[in-house]
Amino acid sequence: MRSTDKNVTQSITQVIAASSLGTLIEWYDFYIFGSLAVIIGQQLFPSDAGASALINTLAIFAAGFIVRPFGALVFGRLGDLIGRKYTFLLTLVLMGGSTFLIGLIPSYSSIGYAAPILVLILRLVQGLALGGEYGGAATYVAEHAPVGKRGFFTSWIQTTATLGLFLSLGVIVLTKNLLGAEAFADWGWRIPFLVSILLVGVSIYIRMKMHESPVFTKLKAEGKVSSNPLKESFQKKANFKMVLLALFGATMGQGVVWYTGQFYAQSFLENTCKLDFNESRYILLWAIVFATPFFVIFGSWSDKVGRKWIMLTGMLLGVLCYRPIYQYFLDATNVKEMQKTMLKSESEPVVERGLVKDKADSLITTTVSKTLTNGVTFKESKIEVIPEDVLAPVPDVEVVVKDVTLSGSSYMMVIFLVFFQVLLVTMVYGPIAAFLVELFPTQIRYTSMSLPYHIGNGVFGGLVPFIATLIASFQGSTPLSGLWYPIGIAALSFIIGAVYIDNRRDENVMD
Amino acid sequence: MNALKKALGILWILAGPVIIIFLFMQASDKIALAAEGIARTNTTLQWAIIILIFIPICTGLVIFGYYAWKGEYDHLPTSSEELE
Repeated sequence: MRSTDKNVTQSITQVIAASSLGTLIEWYDFYIFGSLAVIIGQQLFPSDAGASALINTLAIFAAGFIVRPFGALVFGRLGDLIGRKYTFLLTLVLMGGSTFLIGLIPSYSSIGYAAPILVLILRLVQGLALGGEYGGAATYVAEHAPVGKRGFFTSWIQTTATLGLFLSLGVIVLTKNLLGAEAFADWGWRIPFLVSILLVGVSIYIRMKMHESPVFTKLKAEGKVSSNPLKESFQKKANFKMVLLALFGATMGQGVVWYTGQFYAQSFLENTCKLDFNESRYILLWAIVFATPFFVIFGSWSDKVGRKWIMLTGMLLGVLCYRPIYQYFLDATNVKEMQKTMLKSESEPVVERGLVKDKADSLITTTVSKTLTNGVTFKESKIEVIPEDVLAPVPDVEVVVKDVTLSGSSYMMVIFLVFFQVLLVTMVYGPIAAFLVELFPTQIRYTSMSLPYHIGNGVFGGLVPFIATLIASFQGSTPLSGLWYPIGIAALSFIIGAVYIDNRRDENVMD
Repeated sequence: MNALKKALGILWILAGPVIIIFLFMQASDKIALAAEGIARTNTTLQWAIIILIFIPICTGLVIFGYYAWKGEYDHLPTSSEELE
């Protein structure tokens, strides 16, 4: 290898490492909230709010996504005006600070509704910061990348979102295992938020040493920096039509595939299939480990065959496969049916007696641990309410299944099916940074590419857990009804992408 | 292909308002079904968020359809000069 080639490779490696580390930490900060939605719901809302607490927490989670496009506009404008480097240093500080503060918010029992309001405000700051971060990092790397390898180099940035999710799940599982379930639910959930400040400190130190993008530096030296990138992006029809095309033909479908595979899958396994807390996270962790290299494989492949059909194939496979995949999840965890023919053993019942909250009625919970012949284990609780008034009607006994653990082939199959969904994520997400960078000129790139990316991911994708859970809670709906949202959006994006988008690769991003 | 792009443009123009009307109908149904009190407030809030988010997006879809119908996507620009 010639010395100049070696220097270029070393330089781009440093650029990727420094950009990716900061972006990974921002994703970590963003996702610990979603991964802890159930526990945060219990801490922020009244204890008798039930499913409503989960939906409200998911709404706060979604609020962070919804403001991401505004972050893209504000910080994208800054990035096109003052440069890429200083803008995403600022976003990193905002993200780290707000994540740390979420870890310090008192619970609902201490400060009432001030708790969810404060978290909502910090969540909005997180969303704004993330909206400014990603476009900057992807632009920064793409503007350093050599011609013909832009898909390969930007795909490293694309791995950060999934690795950030991986890191957040890993820290949560580790903290819970070290502290125990009770201490974790009580105060230990705050630790993953507080840890963020250390990670952000390291990343800021590394980013301070980075140089400005050469493309932006050249533009600045030539006096061609846009005076109003927002106006140029959205008031010029030629630019605005490309923003709309990027949104409806690519990022919208990509967003729902991302969040169905990596968020809704885990949420569905935990909340609908009643899989054990740790087991649902281990499954996603394994799936991510096996699938992550495919971001780079598909990113690199897109340099050879073009970006379009790799992304659209990922969307189409999602449309076709989501319902059979989730039906398998339901079948593999349908312990109520399985125990009729496959019950192997059951433990002695554990009886807990208490009172119904805020009432004098007695509450008797009888829990039995059961093992099936196929190795599946679960706990079954019978909840009996005995009214204080002896003349009042006695409610039916409620049977609740929880802490399901799979074994053998069904465990491996569920890991494979989650892996397959993450594989679809790598198809739609691996090439998309290069695709977006090549779609817009340098002067307005940070602003123009950030907006469709964050509407697609933040709004369409980020709303997947919230809207799918909401649809599944409607009267007459089935547990699979929520899937119609990602399937419909991905199908629409596939059609628009297939008809309107070119499969070309733009060699020149210096324009 | 360009004829298909233009024809689908009309579909996108129509899809925008249809989606908004569908969302309003769903919202009024679900809010009416929710129990009085905190449950109804929560349902109203949830649907207000959804409608508020999707109105500008559906407006964008209508504009996208209009551009498609007018033939703006018949040829995609390959350099910055074409965007001038």
